[in-house]
Amino acid sequence: MITLTIDGREIGAQEGWTVLKAAQNVGIEIPTLCHHEALSASGACRLCSVEVTTKRGRNRVVASCLYPVEEGLNVQTNSEKIKRLRKGLMELLLARCPSSEKIRDMARHMGITEPRFRLEGEECILCGLCVRVCQEISEARAISAVNRGTKKEIAAPFYDLAETCIGCGGCAYVCPTGAIRIEDNKIRLGDKIFKELSPEEVKKVEEKLEAKERVPEKG
Amino acid sequence: MEIDTSKVDEVIDSFSGDLSQLIGILQDIQANFNYLPREALVRVSERLEIPISQVFGVATFFKAFSLKPRGRHQINVCLGTACHVRGGARILGKLERDLKVEAGGTTEDFRFTLESVRCLGCCSLGPVVVIDNDTYGRLNQERVTKLLDQYE
Amino acid sequence: MKIKTTEDLDELKKEGLKCLYPDNPKITVGMATCGIATGARKVFDALVEEVEKRKLDVVVSQTGCIGFCQREPLIDILRRGRERIYYKEMTPEKAVRLLDESMAAKATVDWGLFRMDGEENLIENETIRYVESHYGVGDNSIPLYKELPFFEKQVKIALRNCGFIDPGRIEEYVAKGGYYVLLKVLTEMKPEEVIEEVKRSGLRGRGGGGFPTGVKWESCRNAAGEPKYIICNADEGDPGAYMDRSVLEGDPHTVIEGMIIGAYAIGAHEGFIYVRNEYPLAIQKLKIALTQAEQYGLLGEDILGTGFHFTIKINRGGGAFVCGESTALMASLEGKVGEPRAKYIHTIERGLWDRPSNLNNVETWANVPPIMARGADWFSSIGTENSKGTKVFSLVGNINNTGLVEIPMGVSLREIIYDIGGGIPGGKMFKAVQTGGPSGGCIPEQLIDLPVDFDRLTGVGSMMGSGGMIVMDENTCMVDVAKYFVDFLQEESCGKCVPCREGIKRMHEILEDITTGNGKEGDIELLEEIGFILKEGALCALGSTAANPVLSTINYFRQEYDAHIKAKSCPAGVCSELVTYSIDPEKCTGCGRCVKACPAEAIVGEKKQPHSLAVEKCIKCASCFEVCKFDAVIRQ
Repeated sequence: MITLTIDGREIGAQEGWTVLKAAQNVGIEIPTLCHHEALSASGACRLCSVEVTTKRGRNRVVASCLYPVEEGLNVQTNSEKIKRLRKGLMELLLARCPSSEKIRDMARHMGITEPRFRLEGEECILCGLCVRVCQEISEARAISAVNRGTKKEIAAPFYDLAETCIGCGGCAYVCPTGAIRIEDNKIRLGDKIFKELSPEEVKKVEEKLEAKERVPEKG
Repeated sequence: MEIDTSKVDEVIDSFSGDLSQLIGILQDIQANFNYLPREALVRVSERLEIPISQVFGVATFFKAFSLKPRGRHQINVCLGTACHVRGGARILGKLERDLKVEAGGTTEDFRFTLESVRCLGCCSLGPVVVIDNDTYGRLNQERVTKLLDQYE
Repeated sequence: MKIKTTEDLDELKKEGLKCLYPDNPKITVGMATCGIATGARKVFDALVEEVEKRKLDVVVSQTGCIGFCQREPLIDILRRGRERIYYKEMTPEKAVRLLDESMAAKATVDWGLFRMDGEENLIENETIRYVESHYGVGDNSIPLYKELPFFEKQVKIALRNCGFIDPGRIEEYVAKGGYYVLLKVLTEMKPEEVIEEVKRSGLRGRGGGGFPTGVKWESCRNAAGEPKYIICNADEGDPGAYMDRSVLEGDPHTVIEGMIIGAYAIGAHEGFIYVRNEYPLAIQKLKIALTQAEQYGLLGEDILGTGFHFTIKINRGGGAFVCGESTALMASLEGKVGEPRAKYIHTIERGLWDRPSNLNNVETWANVPPIMARGADWFSSIGTENSKGTKVFSLVGNINNTGLVEIPMGVSLREIIYDIGGGIPGGKMFKAVQTGGPSGGCIPEQLIDLPVDFDRLTGVGSMMGSGGMIVMDENTCMVDVAKYFVDFLQEESCGKCVPCREGIKRMHEILEDITTGNGKEGDIELLEEIGFILKEGALCALGSTAANPVLSTINYFRQEYDAHIKAKSCPAGVCSELVTYSIDPEKCTGCGRCVKACPAEAIVGEKKQPHSLAVEKCIKCASCFEVCKFDAVIRQ
């Protein structure tokens, strides 16, 4: 049992937990975008950033979804620095995906409505959740992150149909912005079609999504 | 498009199928075919037992790789800091104008592929251009055009 | 033959000494990449051919980079009982003439660069004298090696053999004390003792992080998990830096010996050297060196008969600067894309394949044999309080003596730029020196008395980085420099995290606006805000230091930013949108070179009459500016 302090509250956590898990366990909310409890953590969106000070006095900003709990750790989830960082991140994301309802809502919550940058027209925020579902749950490994930097995108090999896709719909389920969706019987991300489904398959997937079933179980 | 996959197997065998040598494997395959054909990548995925999505990710992540056929000759203009302060960007601009391609592109006749590279480590000679295995230094816009004549 | 004893090494050493100091005259050509790029290969081939043709009793040899890259191709001639003479800017024709002893003597005054009366054997702490006395055999028309300002303040430890041995001959490395240290370490020392020595030496990582090497080794040794891995980071990606390449091309064995010692100390048996794709010669030299080391039982199974085994593989990079980051490098070795990961659990504990991994830079490894040979006290007597030893710098840009220098920590920037570097070419003014690559910053004139060491450079908003030192003169636009680095980082960012992928992109947009006359009030504050997001939010050091070049230039050269934004002008005359070209009728001779060079047909004029430039057609390519021999093209 590890004792740490979050926002002034002393709480207990298990060895091996992350700060995010320890916080969520006692109902302390930390915003996330690229995190899902059924999948490995990535640390890509940085929204879950918190300020930590170790027992030995080392202070820094870390991604709570990855930072392991430590005895005597002091965590601040809402310091001025963190608030400023989150606002900055949301402004950048909003400029990238101005038409995404989810991003607009999150940004508005933090007081951001008009980004100071040129607006783009993306829907995908490159959180990587779809890739991780495909690797860790369905294990189809049908899609991956392709290219690098500002040209990075999610795609199937050779921008073709995703050959090994089993049509589980998990990617559409976890996508926070709805960039991957099932439309016209196709699982697609913008112009990129991953798989064409039969009407029966679509019905099955849609039923699952409606029932807000958990991410499909492994296998 | 049909390719000779035995060549791909040869390369993989020369590295004993070592996954840590994936980049080296892809580079030798590319040296063979002058680009990375789809079939070659599929074969690598089969032989090394890694998903094709992973191979495709690696092939598109690293600048050394091209999924499209390249020109007969590779022009690399150094845009390292030292060459930049000595006018490297102007050299690239000149070549782009002359060859009517942008950096990263290949001329229509497949004679040249024009690329920029950051620091070849010949900073004393800046600005530097490498064509295939030949390094040319102390260039200016006039001289760089003349260099192309010797490459058919 | 497999070496097992000191006597075995002595045998090989004898052979090496014969190669290094033969009875017959030896002519050596500098054949590192800088030499070859200037034509050294042709010089070498011409010499070999001539020696064959005339059946001369001369040995033609090759070596790595001695550092004076500005004067390549360099050759040196060593004749028994005479000083060693170095000749500069060689061509095949000139080199061949030097084969004639009397010709060489006459040519020294014009073609000679410096002379040596002896050389150091750093490992064995000895000096080898070429000449018995100074009288009657020296040539005072050229300075001694140590009299040249370029070399005077240098202390070569990592580069001790570069330019002095043939990297393709292990016997020459042994002749300079190589592998004796390894034998001592494996047969007489415990791993913990090795680690203690490296800790006491104060050696800090030379790749940019500056982390205490001994502490790193100790943590790795103590980490739980098998197997452990040793990695050499040779993915030198900072543009303008080529220190590591020179070490690998000129003295690969120092890295190999260093790695074997490290492996022994840590308890690892597998090593990787991750070499940048763009260094084919370094890879070639490494392959030869590894093969030779294995042949002699210095690498592989049962090293030196001690039972210790360690193998080294060479892995090529694929053209990704981010793979110089340790976790990205390891991901790449696992057959994945080079995306870094959070280092809350350090790679020392969980690195390659989740096993304890010790990664060090080429230059760090190169320092290990000398430290083990001469001792921690010796090493820590050089340098400053918190930065021990020397550092190799690539001195490049607008500087007279471009080249590779190794100096004790604590030498000032002023000394490096003006004494060693010989000042700025063309009599121009110094403006700034950039250190630390894309993670570093620009240091202006008022700070150049700064002693160079890890902490002092960080203190002024820059950093040591891997050792690239780019000197910039008055014709450099600092906003353009910031844009250059942001452009570089945008291309090299892996794209995984929001601050880096999105933040750098937006910094680039703003800088593009500023340098094309579209900057506005508030742009600088916005750049600083993005800088904050990067520093606190980025996943890895590429992102978290990405704003340094921007922030340091804003800090020291604010007036230039203001000029671009408010006055829409580029004081240095670089940003093409903000600059106008014209022809000075007083200076123009009407020679017509500019007309031929202009791709836009913007210049007209009669022969031998002053020409004029049509601004509306001008595409600002600067071709006319470059070709005019009369300074008649004005750029403002």
